Amino acid sequence: MAINKESNAYTIFFATIMVVAVGGILAFLSLSLKPMQDANGKIKKKMEILKALLTTEEFQSITRENAEAKYQEYVKAEVVLTESGKVIEEGKDAAFNVDIKTEFKDKTLPVSKRNYPMFIAEKEGKKLYIIPIIGKGLWGPIWGNICISEDKRSISGASFGHQGETPGLGAEISQGFFIDRWTKGEEKIADENGDYIPFEVVKDGSGPNPTKIDGISGGTITSKGVEEMVNRCLVPYTVYFKTLK
Amino acid sequence: MSETVAKVKAPSEPLFSKKNRKLITDPLTDNNPVTVQVLGICSALAITVKIDTSLVMGLSVIFVTAIGNFVISALRNIMPPRIRIIVQLVVAAALVIIVNEILKAFLPDISEQLSVFVGLIITNCIIMGRFEAFAMANKPWPSLLDGIGNGMGYAGLLLIVGFFRELFGSGSLLGFKVFGSAIPGEEWGLYTMGYANNNLVILPPMALIIVGVIIWIQRSRNKTLQEEI
Repeated sequence: MAINKESNAYTIFFATIMVVAVGGILAFLSLSLKPMQDANGKIKKKMEILKALLTTEEFQSITRENAEAKYQEYVKAEVVLTESGKVIEEGKDAAFNVDIKTEFKDKTLPVSKRNYPMFIAEKEGKKLYIIPIIGKGLWGPIWGNICISEDKRSISGASFGHQGETPGLGAEISQGFFIDRWTKGEEKIADENGDYIPFEVVKDGSGPNPTKIDGISGGTITSKGVEEMVNRCLVPYTVYFKTLK
Repeated sequence: MSETVAKVKAPSEPLFSKKNRKLITDPLTDNNPVTVQVLGICSALAITVKIDTSLVMGLSVIFVTAIGNFVISALRNIMPPRIRIIVQLVVAAALVIIVNEILKAFLPDISEQLSVFVGLIITNCIIMGRFEAFAMANKPWPSLLDGIGNGMGYAGLLLIVGFFRELFGSGSLLGFKVFGSAIPGEEWGLYTMGYANNNLVILPPMALIIVGVIIWIQRSRNKTLQEEI
């Protein structure tokens, strides 16, 4: 009965048992809740696509419960492009199942081999193109969806998300006021010939210049991350849009 | 001294004796972890903008303090004293991860609003404080009650602060519009008379002021809580 609780052997024994037990419990819990968390993640992804597609007022009626139905109602087609703008896959869920976040993080995958998914939606008789984008913020990944209107040039909507940007600074990219700066009406991703025009996120006010977007004070690195993300991700789509004309 | 007394009494003690009941009620009033011991203030400021987040956060902390206190108390006699704090941290961390995973699976929206603060429950001083001060020296049952009591003391304060902040900051309670609607073009209720939500209430400093007012009221009602100058 007399165990020496001070002995090294007992301490190591106790620590080992504890770590194995706690690790086992957490691993079991994590595995058994994973399907539900994945389902939540998928719905969230659909909500973000809808957020870029719909106006702020229309998006207010979107909840986790009706997101799936609304997504099916609006999104009519999905395509996956290569970096050079060629279609490699078409059809239902083709684009949705492309995980651009994993591809972006995968250092062994060459950039030229990445997939570029796109969602084609119809709203009020007009075709809209929703492009998911992914990039790097200050603390972790940032992502978003850019909605291009029927002329295949103008930005008609956007949504941005982040994993852990600083609240009040970088995290503001997901707020309405920042999104509005991308959708004032003049913002275009391509010129008349369909060539890509790079965006610039600036500090000194964008004025009427449609290729300049006001950044967020105190969130410079996140703002620059958004700039890099948009400019890198949108190019293949402009190449694709050119081929459509 | 008091410990030896408790040990003698323990076998015949009913589950909800007066002493055990006090373990639950004390932290709600004169020994509140937030207003009297001034622990866990940081999270109380961050997540009390709305009642529903306050409620979920409060329930999470009750879960962690109650189960954690129970487990630590059950382990207290076989725990190697040299890695005592590490064991406490492992138990607290494991419980916090459990809470976080469950919230992510069943309440994804609230989990997103609480963001890092669920993970930060582990740094809430109330938890390590109760483990070290109470669970290490008491039997599992009183420790469980003490954990529930302190968790409820914390949750109760969050709810009070959340109530005022949601009411005056967003004009609603649990999402139900109490003062009417402020959406331009569809105003009704108080907003038609020029009432506006107070944006300061949404910001963290106002939470601190509300907590301060609660401490003020509590200490003016109970003079024994006032420090001697």
